[in-house]
Order: sequence, then structure tokens, then C-alpha cells
Amino acid sequence: MKITLKLYASFGKYLPAGARNNTIVIEVDEVVNVHEILNLYSVPLEEAHLVVVNGVFVCESERDHHLLQVGDTLAVWPAVAGG
Amino acid sequence: MTWSRKILRVNLTTGVIAPEPLKMDWAQKYLGQRGLASRYLCEEVDPQVDALSPENKLIMANGPLTGTMAATGGRYAVVTKSPLTGAIACSNSGGFIGAELRNAGWDMVIFEGRSDKPVYLHIEDDKAELLDAADLWGTSVWATDEAIRQRHQDPRLRIAAVGRSAEQGCLYSAIVNDLHRAAGRSGVGTVMASKNLKAVAVRGSLGVSGLKDPQRFMKEVAIQKQVLAENAVTGQGLPTYGTQVLMNVINEMGAMPTRNASQVQFESAHSISGEAMHEPRESDGKPNLTRNAGCFGCTIACGRISTVDQTHFSIKNKPEYWGNTGGLEYEAAWSMGSDTAIDDLDAVTYANAICNEDGIDPISFGATLAAAMEMFEAGDLTLEDTGGIELRFGSAEALVKTVELTARGVGFGKELGLGSRRLCEKYGRPELSMTVKSQEFPAYDPRGIQGMGLTYATSNRGACHLRSYTVSSEVLGVPEKTDPLVTDGKPELVMAFQDATAAVDSSGLCVFTTFAWTLDNIAPQIDAACEGDWSVERLVETGERIWNMERRFNLAAGLTAVDDTLPKRLLTEPAQTGPAKGMVARLGDMLPQYYEIRGWSEDGVPTDETCSRLGLS
Repeated sequence: MKITLKLYASFGKYLPAGARNNTIVIEVDEVVNVHEILNLYSVPLEEAHLVVVNGVFVCESERDHHLLQVGDTLAVWPAVAGG
Repeated sequence: MTWSRKILRVNLTTGVIAPEPLKMDWAQKYLGQRGLASRYLCEEVDPQVDALSPENKLIMANGPLTGTMAATGGRYAVVTKSPLTGAIACSNSGGFIGAELRNAGWDMVIFEGRSDKPVYLHIEDDKAELLDAADLWGTSVWATDEAIRQRHQDPRLRIAAVGRSAEQGCLYSAIVNDLHRAAGRSGVGTVMASKNLKAVAVRGSLGVSGLKDPQRFMKEVAIQKQVLAENAVTGQGLPTYGTQVLMNVINEMGAMPTRNASQVQFESAHSISGEAMHEPRESDGKPNLTRNAGCFGCTIACGRISTVDQTHFSIKNKPEYWGNTGGLEYEAAWSMGSDTAIDDLDAVTYANAICNEDGIDPISFGATLAAAMEMFEAGDLTLEDTGGIELRFGSAEALVKTVELTARGVGFGKELGLGSRRLCEKYGRPELSMTVKSQEFPAYDPRGIQGMGLTYATSNRGACHLRSYTVSSEVLGVPEKTDPLVTDGKPELVMAFQDATAAVDSSGLCVFTTFAWTLDNIAPQIDAACEGDWSVERLVETGERIWNMERRFNLAAGLTAVDDTLPKRLLTEPAQTGPAKGMVARLGDMLPQYYEIRGWSEDGVPTDETCSRLGLS
């Protein structure tokens, strides 16, 4: 199935070739959780501070069993802030 | 100590300048900067005074840690009554002038009256004099800075000035120091210009002395600097991406006010984001961002130094803008980008530079422009009104033209200088003004971040994010994650942020430290430096006292609970996309409880019991 992966700030370096605007549409297994996708792209799990699926925060304890659905958008940041 | 214990009082009407001792009993109750200066304002200024009359006063104030070696100890504040809101204004800034003033030996400068001709104040340690500024009037902040520097032949002067917008009465004019740091909000620059005060130039060589326990202070400061360095946000995230990293975060979460807050996501957010500022551009292969920059004593250095593409239409024939300048912060990129639907990073960077050059609050300017664009597209504003400018959403040309006009206070720029509330009322569409207490709200849509709705509605200086930045908790998870879409627990969260922020502001430290620090990290530094026992509990109580004092000023000025509200759009028009789709800002679910936990009546008035508990007479 296809999902959209967005890796921002210093995580941009983990995006595969072909990504544009920190975004790429990827093909993944039908049953896949957040951590499995991050592992696929070598994103260090311990640095993944802000993990958001369709704009909704996924807390750390749910990331290894939160299953992605077809068409989902997974966006991930390291620790960032502003104001 | 560590207050310098000295105030400089400058009567602009008579020209008399006199030192006086700082009221140390007030310092023990209000700490410094925002709190202490507000205490002086409440004592000396009738809350109902016309903000632009000689009877209003303008106070520039340091905190007790300003100018010390504490990390980020470079903040100063400007406190006055705002011409934009009619409420108390406190606008703080970093850069270097606060620390310089402290090194000259002053905790505070109080300006009163009005000069009969343009002047600037020159301070060199104990010596202070008002000098003629006739030749500076009608020039920009940057030109003023250069002229004063040349006149005194002193490259180490630190200068704060107002630009042409303030002289022309733009109601959200800023006081810009060190060329691109600003006391930006609520029109403090407009008040300064109304007094015929063009600039303050400071040279301090005395140092900061009188720390209560110098050795302990040095030790505490070193420990807490280490905390900032090791924290992923203050050690890496902010220095690398600045506040602009939020552009994609807030957009992804569906809380990005777009097209005058008619939408909550901007389809081109990435084009004007912190990430985009790092990407090489086609013309010269250089990115927008040159480097980061820090204010006095700052070990975070979130500031941006940027260039505009020399081939961009805004500066193609203007070599004076080809060099480095202060770059985009998130709020400015939002207001002049997303809120106006402009995805041209160079145009927004240029507009930001103009805001610095002539002292305009970019939040209020961008949000006012967005309201004007909506009125133009709806036919309420015509080409005749705008002087021929097609004020359409997405038009970078319109942004560039209008910011130049507003900077000089001419043409339609004069109208935009009224601010969103007055402009929308003038053209018959008051409901299109995205303001609270007449101040434009910033870059977070309360439909997607519910706590920010209560934050805006109850902010003592009108809509503002920096009075209780619950985004930190609701979005970023600092100090702990809360759900942005629920209202439960938000009154308590907002009150806690408001009180803590009032205390941090009043210390002279930067609120950005609180992405890594709590009051547990801050209290030991204040306690080592200042007379008295400064515990976390005392700081919270001090913050609460300051908050209630500001509230009482506003009530006496004529504001009421009716003003604790949000624009109708946020309360009645549901978000159309994102996680908050279908939701409105549920202020009514939070406000009564907020009043209750504040110890206020149902009408939002601090009760006698609350005032007594806080020592407010």
C-alpha cells in the first residue's frame, strides 16, 4: 500500500532519493507500524521526538503497534521548538 | 543585590534627567523587567490616559539577571500603555542594548512627558543627555543607527530606535535595537515616537557587580548552561533551524491560520519553512540562511541571518539590500506568508527586513494585510482605496508594495497602520479582524490548539503567544504532552504558563530557555544573584502577582470580561481540514473555570481575597 512519509529538520537526510519538499510517497507492506517504517529508513528511534500520523501525535509507547493505513501521512521530527 | 538599584528618570517635557534609587521593596515583590516596570507604570500612569498623550510613560527595564553571565541574560522590556489595545503593553527584546544599559549601571529608564522637538537619549555610564534629533526624524531605524554611531564615533554604542512608521502613527510600530531585534508588539514604538524620542544610545563600561553569592552564581550558571547545551531543542534544534522549524510542524497539525484564518493549513508552507531556508536557490547556489546568531549571553542562538536573492524583483535594483540581514522567525514567516498565502521566501524575507528597517511588528502588519486582502477579494476594498494595488491572497508584489508603504506611513500603508480591527471596522467588515483586544493573533489557530484560544482571549496585552505558550505542551510535548484538541485541563495549563512566563520575563532571561529549563533550573540562578530567598514557589507567586496587577490595570483602563473573547470566525466557523476538521475554538468550555482558578469573579475581576493573598492593595 502507499503512504506518504515526511521527514523534517535534521531527519531530512534520511529521506530516499526522489523526495521533494521533505516528502515522498512510499510503498509499504499492508501491515506495518510506525517503528518499522522508521527503521526502514534508518531514522534513530530514540531521536524521533515528534511523530504524527495524519496530523495526530502518536506517543512513544504506541509507535511499535500503531498500524499505518493506506493513504496515511506519517511525519516525523527530532526534538524541535520555536515560538 | 543584583539589581543596580538605580533608575534614570527622563522628563522629556522639561529636559530634566535625574537618577533615583530603585524601590527595593517593589523589586522583592515584582523581581524586575516586566513585573517591576509594570509596577511603576501602575503607580504613575492613570490607566485611562490617552496612550499617545504626554501623560503616558514609557519604561525601558532590565531584569536582575540582564547583563550577568547567565545564559540568555540579555533581555530588556518596554512597558507602557498601548495605543493599539488600550491595555498595558510589555514588549521585550534581546540583542545587546539591555545588557549595555545594565553595564552602564541602570535597572530602568522612565521616559515621561513629551519633547517639543525630536531628541535622542545618549547614555554613557553615569552621564546621560538629551541630544537633538531633528536630522534623524524622517529617517529609518537603520539610518538613525548609522548616523548616531558616526556622530559619537563609537562603534560599541548600542542603539534602540523607532522608524518612520512610528513617526507616522502606525499603531503597531516597534522599537528596534541592534538593527534587527525588536520590542515588537502592541505599538511601544508608536508611544516612543509620540514623545518625540527617536532613539536611545547606550555605552556601558561599569560591569555588573553586587551578586549576592558570586561563586554560587557562577556554579549555578555553569550547571544550567550545560543543561541547555545537552538538550536536543536548545542545543541543536533551535540553533540549526530557528523558530522557523515550526512552519511544517504547525501546518501538519492543522493549526496554521491561512488566508486570514479562513483555513487552517497552507498548501505551500514548505516553500517558506525553516527547511526551505537551508536549500540552495537556483540563481547563486546559496541558501536563504547564512548563519544563526545569538543575543547577549545566549548559548542557544536561535536568531537567523539571511540574504534575499539578488535577482529577486524586490531588490533587483537595490544593492543596499543585497547583504546579510535579520532573517525570518516563524511568526513573521507565518503572518507575511501563510496568512497572506504568499509562498515566495525571498519576498517574505525582504518584507521582514523592511519591518526591521522601519520598526513594524510583522505579526500585526501581516495579519492586517491578510484582513485587507480578504476585504479586497470580497469587494469591500477597491483599487481606489488601495491606490491601485491588487491586494490578492498570494501576491508577493502586493506584500512588497504594502510593506514599503506601511514602513513610511504613506498611501494605503497609512490605512494598514491602523491595524486589523480599526481597518476592518472602517470598511464595514469588523468580523474579518483576527484580533483580541485589538491586537492581531499570531501563528497558531485555536481550533487546532485549544489552549491557545484561552491564551489569546486572556492575554493581558491582547492576542499573543508569548504570554502562555501552551504550544510547548500541546504540540511539542514540553514539559509534558497534552492533547491539543481537548479543553480539559487547559485552564490550569494556561494559568501555569502565564504565571511562570511572567516570572521568567521579569528575571531578564529568555523564555526560550524553558524548552530545556523549568523554574527548578531558573530559581537557583536568581537566588544566587539576588537578595532574598528566591524559590520556585516564590517565583510562581511573583508571576501570579504580576498577572493580576496587569489585569487590574486593564480593568481600570476600561476593558472588561467581554473583551476576553476570540474573533467570531474561530468560535463559529469549523476547521475544514486536518485533525481539527469540524472543530471550533471552544473558549466557552474553558473561560469560566479559568476565572475560578484565578480567584476572579464571574466577571473576570480579581476578588478582594485574591488581591489580599497576593499583596495587591
